[in-house]
Amino acid sequence: MRYLPLTPPERAAMLATIGAGSIDDLFADVPTAARLDGLLDLPRAMGEIEVERRLAAMAAKNLPAGSGPFFLGAGAYRHHVPAAVDHLIQRGEFLTSYTPYQPEVSQGTLQYLFEFQTQVALLTGMEVANASMYDGATACAEAVMMAHRVTRRNKAVLSGGLHPHYRSVCETYARFAGAGLAAQEPAPRGGEDLATLIDAETSCVVVQNPDFYGEIRDYAALAEACHERGALLVVIVTEILSLGAIVPPGEMGADIVAAEGQSLGNALNFGGPHLGLFATRDRFVRQMPGRVAGQTVDADGRRGWVLTLSTREQHIRREKATSNICTNSGLCALAFTIHLALLGEEGLTRLARLNHAAAVAAAERLERLPGVRLLNDSFFNEFGLSLPSPAAPVVERLAERGILAGVPVSRFYPERAELAPLLLVAATELTTAEDIERLANGLREVLP
Amino acid sequence: MTGWSQAIAAPPEPAVEEPQTLSGNRGLVIEEPLLFEQGVPGRCGVDLPEPPAFRSRLGGLERRAPIGLPGLSEPQVVRHFTRLSQKNYAIDAGIYPLGSCTMKHNPRLNEKLARLPGFADIHPLQPLSTVAGALELINTLAHWLKTLTGMPAVALSPAAGAHGELCGIMTVHAALDARGERRRRILVPESAHGTNPATAAACGYAVEAIPANKRGRVNVAALKAKLGADVAALMLTNPNTCGLFEDEILDIAEAVHAAGAYFYCDGANFNALVGRVRPGDLGIDCMHINLHKTFSTPHGGGGPGSGPVALAASLAPFAPLPWVVHGPDDLQLVEHAEGAAAQALGRLKGFHGQMGMFVRALAYMMSHGADGLRQVAEDAVLNANYLRARLADALSLPFPGACMHEVLFDDRFLRDTGVTTLDFAKALIDEGFHPMTMYFPLVVHGALLIEPTETESKESLDRFADVVIGLARRARAGGAAAFRAAPRFTPRRRLDETGAARKPVLRWRPGAES
Repeated sequence: MRYLPLTPPERAAMLATIGAGSIDDLFADVPTAARLDGLLDLPRAMGEIEVERRLAAMAAKNLPAGSGPFFLGAGAYRHHVPAAVDHLIQRGEFLTSYTPYQPEVSQGTLQYLFEFQTQVALLTGMEVANASMYDGATACAEAVMMAHRVTRRNKAVLSGGLHPHYRSVCETYARFAGAGLAAQEPAPRGGEDLATLIDAETSCVVVQNPDFYGEIRDYAALAEACHERGALLVVIVTEILSLGAIVPPGEMGADIVAAEGQSLGNALNFGGPHLGLFATRDRFVRQMPGRVAGQTVDADGRRGWVLTLSTREQHIRREKATSNICTNSGLCALAFTIHLALLGEEGLTRLARLNHAAAVAAAERLERLPGVRLLNDSFFNEFGLSLPSPAAPVVERLAERGILAGVPVSRFYPERAELAPLLLVAATELTTAEDIERLANGLREVLP
Repeated sequence: MTGWSQAIAAPPEPAVEEPQTLSGNRGLVIEEPLLFEQGVPGRCGVDLPEPPAFRSRLGGLERRAPIGLPGLSEPQVVRHFTRLSQKNYAIDAGIYPLGSCTMKHNPRLNEKLARLPGFADIHPLQPLSTVAGALELINTLAHWLKTLTGMPAVALSPAAGAHGELCGIMTVHAALDARGERRRRILVPESAHGTNPATAAACGYAVEAIPANKRGRVNVAALKAKLGADVAALMLTNPNTCGLFEDEILDIAEAVHAAGAYFYCDGANFNALVGRVRPGDLGIDCMHINLHKTFSTPHGGGGPGSGPVALAASLAPFAPLPWVVHGPDDLQLVEHAEGAAAQALGRLKGFHGQMGMFVRALAYMMSHGADGLRQVAEDAVLNANYLRARLADALSLPFPGACMHEVLFDDRFLRDTGVTTLDFAKALIDEGFHPMTMYFPLVVHGALLIEPTETESKESLDRFADVVIGLARRARAGGAAAFRAAPRFTPRRRLDETGAARKPVLRWRPGAES
């Protein structure tokens, strides 16, 4: 076996050093009834050629996003990742290192985490960020839990514009933590008056910007309403690239920003691994979940970095920790950091403009189709369309033609007939004019 | 896994006078400023076209203030991150014997396969007809995991080990809810990973610690005394964090079940058992598996991980969404709590789990096969016992007898030397090795927990053992000052962790001193 260095004579020699008669002696503590004598009913070892052949055969049964016109979003976005990103994250010193517990031999990881935290804080307009969470949805749930700790209140109001997976993760976490949620009905056209729902028990209001249906809103007034009543405003961002174009949540008065960072540096990966971003205000930092890198000095007085504020964390605080999170999304954070370093101010804002331009072109083309209505007053790179017939079968029929048309809202809410005609359409810098034309023509052909 | 010290860094020794370079660089170790300290406005590392004229639809919420990101060219960015990488230790570069972390070789085939467009470039919400191969991969991985654990179901969405723990304990909670029982306590041995009590608390349970016995195992009498109608679960790590197999596990399982509680196993140490022992045969109801440990998906400096949870039939109906199930003709993705999944937990994360990790783990499993995986457990245990045998006289073993995949020492061998476990670990760094896990588990004083894994050669183990023995001799020979000054040959010497926590600087700010 190519990954196992020991040879049979070496194994025998090592057993002799140990003073064991056979390998079985080393498993003597395992109850006899639980010892497997033979091999399990699984295939035998395979060489690279065979493994590659089998997995490539599975991969070939999928239709990759890059194979034709592609318009899916809803929390996962297809962007171009510069070649340097994937090269750098595959350097073994990054890829095959552990969490930086020994800072003297982990300065590379610690410095990029510090840079990542700075980038996230700048982008969101917040004061401080952690070293990443699993994904946007779990970051959202952790934000709700943190708001409960900060305010010592027990009810979170969730906007109907929140991504349904994020809502579901919040509900799962809250159910077992004994936390209260007031989750609003899906709100494709907005119109929520969340400020009126804030009461003395409200820990936070959770809104998404742009919301699940793509609409962009100013939450400054809501932030004020929250703060007047002692609640926090949590802003969710599922398309982090939008912050290259629109006012960041920090400027609107957000107290916590939980976001999905996949768009920068990371592939779609069928939904994972992705990258949870978490940012907040300095004054809440000791209630923040997750790892955080901090600046310090070494014994010679030189600047360096360490993991810090660990007295919040499970390995020190155990059952009193702010979260049970341990391993997070380090390498995805590195990809994000490298991509954003390459883009810089100019590249990021231009990339954001390109995305918005592509979406505007798509919206203007598609809303001219008979019976098709654009849902949004505003949007960044994703918008909702109301089709004259249920969206899911339309998407299926277009997929047969090699067009991945968007995400039918019924995928999330199959029981709600009123949402069946809704289709979410995203366009990015990878979307061409020809892609838009093919989608428009395809829709015209399959719509009634 | 935890592996870092609560100990405060020792005060710096007066620095030995060393020749200083003009640049501050030392050969291949190059000082590298922050990204934010080296940008120039107008510089950019990507070439993107300017979009054609269009009418903005941002609703009047255009960003007004600059973000403050630095401008760098591609060569600068490549150089920056290459230099940073050179300040990291990695399994690619040498043995990484962090106990309970299972730092084994990461095959590059797995990286290549995870990047196939058919896996990396598919969207989680594509029509299912366009992702049949993705569901097949998930189902195949589930089949391997179920066969290896001897358990009938596996929940794949958890994103890491601690997330898997959350999944497992929530599943237990949901099962108890369905039985109409409200139990309030979870029992956790004092040797457990910190994530265990943190998880129990996150699910609303009170945590009760179970002491260890003199043999480094759970004190079964103490456990039984704490069991009762109010206990929801026992969370046990097996092999435990002392590197020992809980040899009374069948008795423990019976007692837990007799009390109507569930038996959760922290599977962080599954590498010792894979292919040789099935957790299902030990009476375990629920166990998370760290794909980034046993199945070699790279740790990436702290993730991403993946923490599937194997479930007994009694807990399977409560597994979180989504489920991959066999339909009449093909595999189907159940995304809503309906039908057979009516009692399912809601989602634990967005979308369907860590697909990129699933591909790597399956490639690893297929490469090894049933035969190779059994060899993995045997060689992992053999390597740990070999180090135990080689180091037994030089260090101090708290518990006699064979270990499993990792071996635990305490700091009695350093008694009266003035050298601490932390100093010893830092001296190992100067010798070119990543230290073992320090000060964990908490059940022995000054713990040093060594997990070599099966991918270390005998030569590598011997080199490591020779150095550890030599350092132990040096410590006893009165070299404490040198130990306290270590490490000397790293990009940075001991860092002031206390100062970092007291006055946190968690981001760069314009005008900050460099």
